Amino acid sequence: MSAIFLLIGISLVVAVGFLIAFLWAVKTNQYEDDYTPSVRMLFNDTPPDNNEPTKPE
Amino acid sequence: MPENIIVEQSLKCTHCGENCAEETILVNGKSFCCEGCKLVYEILDENNLCTYYNLNNRPGISQKNQPKNRYGYLRDAALREKLISFSDGEKTTVNFRVPQVHCSSCIWLLENMSKLNKGIISSRVNFLKKEVSILFMEKEIQLAEVAELLANIGYPPEINLADEQAIKSKKDYSRWYKIGVAGFCFGNIMLLSFPEYLTGRSVLEPSFKLLFGYLNIALSLPVFFYSAAEFFKSAFYSLRQKFINIDVPIALGIAVMFIRSVTEIVLQTGPGYMDSMAALVFLMLVGRWFQNQTYHTLSFERDYKSYFPVAVTLLKNEEEQSIPLSKLKPGNRILVRNNEIIPADAVLLSGDANIDYSFVTGESQPVKITKGSTVFAGGKQCGSAIKVEVIKNVSQSYLTELWNNEIFSATDKEKHEPLINIISKYFTVAIILIAVGSALWWLPSDLHKALDAFTAVLIIACPCALALSSPFTLGHIVRVFGKNGFYLKNAAVVESIAKTTHLVFDKTGTITVAGGSQVVYEGDELNSQELIALKSLFSQSSHPLSAAIAQSIKAGEQASISSFSELAGKGIRGVSGEMEIKAGSAAFAGAVDNGNVKSSRVYVNINGRYKGVFSLNIQYREGLKEMLRTLSSEYELALVSGDNASEEKTLSTIFPVGSVLRFNYSPQDKLDFVKHLQSNRNKVLMVGDGLNDAGALKQSDTGISVSNNLNNFSPACDAILEGSNFQKLPLLIAYAKKSSVIIGISLVISLLYNAVGLSFAVQGLLSPVFAAVLMPLSSITVVAFVTVSVRVMAGRRGL
Repeated sequence: MSAIFLLIGISLVVAVGFLIAFLWAVKTNQYEDDYTPSVRMLFNDTPPDNNEPTKPE
Repeated sequence: MPENIIVEQSLKCTHCGENCAEETILVNGKSFCCEGCKLVYEILDENNLCTYYNLNNRPGISQKNQPKNRYGYLRDAALREKLISFSDGEKTTVNFRVPQVHCSSCIWLLENMSKLNKGIISSRVNFLKKEVSILFMEKEIQLAEVAELLANIGYPPEINLADEQAIKSKKDYSRWYKIGVAGFCFGNIMLLSFPEYLTGRSVLEPSFKLLFGYLNIALSLPVFFYSAAEFFKSAFYSLRQKFINIDVPIALGIAVMFIRSVTEIVLQTGPGYMDSMAALVFLMLVGRWFQNQTYHTLSFERDYKSYFPVAVTLLKNEEEQSIPLSKLKPGNRILVRNNEIIPADAVLLSGDANIDYSFVTGESQPVKITKGSTVFAGGKQCGSAIKVEVIKNVSQSYLTELWNNEIFSATDKEKHEPLINIISKYFTVAIILIAVGSALWWLPSDLHKALDAFTAVLIIACPCALALSSPFTLGHIVRVFGKNGFYLKNAAVVESIAKTTHLVFDKTGTITVAGGSQVVYEGDELNSQELIALKSLFSQSSHPLSAAIAQSIKAGEQASISSFSELAGKGIRGVSGEMEIKAGSAAFAGAVDNGNVKSSRVYVNINGRYKGVFSLNIQYREGLKEMLRTLSSEYELALVSGDNASEEKTLSTIFPVGSVLRFNYSPQDKLDFVKHLQSNRNKVLMVGDGLNDAGALKQSDTGISVSNNLNNFSPACDAILEGSNFQKLPLLIAYAKKSSVIIGISLVISLLYNAVGLSFAVQGLLSPVFAAVLMPLSSITVVAFVTVSVRVMAGRRGL
């Protein structure tokens, strides 16, 4: 049964990890805007100039 | 290829995609519809930012008809303070609202602003809120230049100081942290308490029991000392002020559960109630968050959507034009007449400004302003009309604030004490007594039950739903009214409308329309000089008759008017060159009144000699008769008019039998009339135009000023009704009356929750956790009921 002591300890550590992740996410404004980052990640860093338009005429 | 032919036939702007109908500007083989679009393209081209056009097809916004906003005023240090969200002396962060953001190209361009100017370090877009947050070096680029740069690339920032402050205050996440911590601890405590739920106490080994117990205590510490802190603080402050608010029983309940659990675990007499305590705090915080969210939506709608129907007189190419206040932009030139309010901070261009700032400062002595100086929003011009240039945007919330200034709330109107305070005073004391009583009842037989009953009673009785019902209903009704052109000063006005027993109407400008009337002049012929002087004199005043006469006189020029004064109920006077002109009632202008004429008459006297009379055919508002008939079945009606009795015959056919008609009433008489009605415990609703009946409007229980496309924003009134919606008045009053029914039903719903919950709680049958679930549930029920019923009732009345 002593394994339970260890398991409880591990489960608490994991749970605290998630709590910290949540607090961090709130603190870094990730709940403020859940749309823009999805667009932002698609931009190229150095855009090629002769890129084709995304939509045809 | 066929596509090519189509493209050639109708050239589309590379920037905004609109057809280049009026002109086509070609640059680098690309076509643009206007100079503005070309300019934006050139800026982007110069800085290698043409990816903007690759990400989306023609993503720009047409620069045609875009007003050129000026941001020079952002150099003002105090304004800068208000706008920026952070500054360390070198780097500064500012948030701008950019409503033009609409696609991924916009995001890309705005986030690459650092390539346009070296001073800008970085910029981030919040697409959903349409905000851009810019980090910049103030040594390299000033705040005003940042705003101008944004405007130049087609995203003029919308600056409203009241808003900016709201953006800043929203950055408080402590409630989120508290909910997160409480939720985490609650989940883990529940997990550790799980064996206790399943079976009796004997299954667990004592060593586990001890470990789980102490772990529970450890996990509950952050809940108790961090998440629940706001309940304790609030309870403590209220007790210090010798007042019991709704947080007192909640704090008491949490404290009792915590202390009891700790003693049980430490003395090893039981497993404690830490799971209930944590769940309770978690659910309460979620409930509070929900409540705040509802209040926030309400105030948001009020601030942004209920623009007053107040109009301003815009001067464009020497022509006067009436535009709604919401369309007023910095740079516009406007005319402010006698007794009109300055809608936004402005610079004086011409005229003798004599500004009464009593609405803002309470100081009623008017201040003389010299040309070129700033006049501030909220000031009232006393004297002849002035021309000003607006330098700031109109702040709707600022005007609402002014309107709610205490100076204008009649002193003898009973103050509406918020329901939540009344509840708190008696209700909470009663609840604590019931809780203690039921605990004492169960204590001798069952300690566990006693504690359950005590805490459950404290929690279940939380009057959140009770307190929510009234402001939420009234807030919704204010919104429905706003949609129908009826704007209330605040939600409490709904209640005072609902109590109305007597309706008092003013005549000119209220039940009559001045705009459509024909103006006829009789008397000595007027020479062109006199005509110009008369037109100028009449255009100083905002009285509906003056406005109609001024409009009817065809005289191109304007003469300057000095020593202008407007005597309410009598007329206006002023000096133009050699002429001293008086215009108004017969007695005022030294004329003989021949009573039997079916028109409103304005007598003119120049240099002490009676000249002639302007008569205006009176047009009554459409549907007036039917409206009055509907109203007379429920209310006593009265008419008070400053005019002579010439119209009595017509009016007595329009007004139902039994109505009181009074003529030749001065503003003071009107006020006394209202006072007299009130002395017999009647609730008076006065409908006027807010000019010569301001005193009566203020005195009445509800003062409604009817707006006729003129700037008669009179802070003395409680509500503004758009003239075009005048015939809806009976519907609106009836709707306001229904509000008390809705509030009543929602009170019954929340009381029912409380009563049923309490009856189980005192028997010790209700666990505190279940009570904590029931509590936000009652709030949600009330909110849903109110929202639905307000809509249904409005729909049924066609509002």
